[in-house]
Amino acid sequence: MDVFFYIAAVVAIISTVMAISGRNAIHSLLFLILSLLAISVVFYLLNAPFIAALEVIIYAGAIMVLFIFVTMMLNIGIERETEKKWLRPRMWIVPSILAAILLLDLILAVKNIRPVSNGEEPILPKQVGISLFSTYLLGVEIAAILLMAGVIGAYHLGSQKKKVKHRFLEIK
Amino acid sequence: MKYVFIIAGVLLIALTIAAGLIWVERRLLSVWQDRLGPNRVGPFGLGQVIADTIKLFFKEDWVPPFSDKPVFILAPGILMITILLTFAVVPFGPDFYVFDSNIGVLFFLGNSSLGVYSIVLGGWASNNKYSLIGAMRASAQMLTYEVFMGLSLMGVVMMADSFSFCKIVEAQRGGWFFIPQFIGFIVFFIAGIAETHRLPFDIPEAEGELIAGYHSEYSGMKFGMFFVGEYLGITLISALISTLFFGGWLGPSFLPPVFWFLFKTFFFIGVFILLRASLPRPRYDQLMELGWKILLPLALLNLLVTGAILIFLK
Repeated sequence: MDVFFYIAAVVAIISTVMAISGRNAIHSLLFLILSLLAISVVFYLLNAPFIAALEVIIYAGAIMVLFIFVTMMLNIGIERETEKKWLRPRMWIVPSILAAILLLDLILAVKNIRPVSNGEEPILPKQVGISLFSTYLLGVEIAAILLMAGVIGAYHLGSQKKKVKHRFLEIK
Repeated sequence: MKYVFIIAGVLLIALTIAAGLIWVERRLLSVWQDRLGPNRVGPFGLGQVIADTIKLFFKEDWVPPFSDKPVFILAPGILMITILLTFAVVPFGPDFYVFDSNIGVLFFLGNSSLGVYSIVLGGWASNNKYSLIGAMRASAQMLTYEVFMGLSLMGVVMMADSFSFCKIVEAQRGGWFFIPQFIGFIVFFIAGIAETHRLPFDIPEAEGELIAGYHSEYSGMKFGMFFVGEYLGITLISALISTLFFGGWLGPSFLPPVFWFLFKTFFFIGVFILLRASLPRPRYDQLMELGWKILLPLALLNLLVTGAILIFLK
């Protein structure tokens, strides 16, 4: 099982690095999708098949399609000179220092984290549902309010009155 | 060793049916349109598929110089992989499945949502305005119909108390789910047609207005993969309809279970082809309205009522 974990982890790291450093927007998005799929494999190996499936359905399947949809509509997939200008080597200094600090933190923390044993029973969708609607009910409610605000906002932006009845007949 | 045989068997059945469907569809369409159809190559024209395949293999496999090459080559592969992977969780018979996952239904939904990329990326990488329009239509259509495709299956999952396809089939021993879950069945069927972008919902490729849409730049075996992928999609959706709503391999015992499964699957493939022969293509906004204003509320209502009845009966 450990071998699968390391393969998935290496794929996730490499694809995330490629997603950040790529100049072509669509290729970066594809690498990001690959990284999400690799993370889903990790979840599956941690005995959480339900979360692994949700990771694929929601993140890789739904949200990233919207990203690609917008990128296609704006036609920013092609390599541009501006991208090259923005991504000068100097830009990497501060983020890499911060990331190095985080990495150090993680290495120190890993010592104290207890690994999940493989003998445990997988956590099935039913258990996740029961704990969501009992222990974590407040979180679900807050997420519902947040999503409702999004829906109302989208409705407000989209609900313009029709100015044109037909493309040849304009209402005066 | 048993595993190897089962995997080979599933692949053989799925790919043979998908390739054979090309002939079945042309013959059935011509029956309903009162003409003969392909009947020259071999007995009943059965050799037509082989002739077509040989032709596709020998065609020039042209990658347009203005396209995004890696993505262009990747796109048809994604379609085949996601659909063939889903066949792994479909039980063909009581002991005839590749693996029985406890998240089987979610595995199918995840794969079908990844399948969208194939069409979207294929259309985008072709760098052609008609392909791009096709890809945009496909992404909007498939994203919309995925939402309630998943919701319509949740009624079945609640009644079977499991996401595993094998347990769902076992739970139908008392009665097939299409009677208590009739609304779920209708919603899933319509969403399935839209997911495989078949006529009447073939708006992404709409050959009349978009010259084949997302795959107009594809040739040779890459086009062949899109083509066979569509038929594999039909086979998969028909197999899932018969598994989830019509008892899968359950049936009277005078015939082996695999036969019952294939019989039901072929029946729904026939319905798919009949729909193509009889219905016109809706306009794009009509398709979206049907999805968001009618089918989504229906799926939610079905979910609510099923849950309420199940709690009441407990």
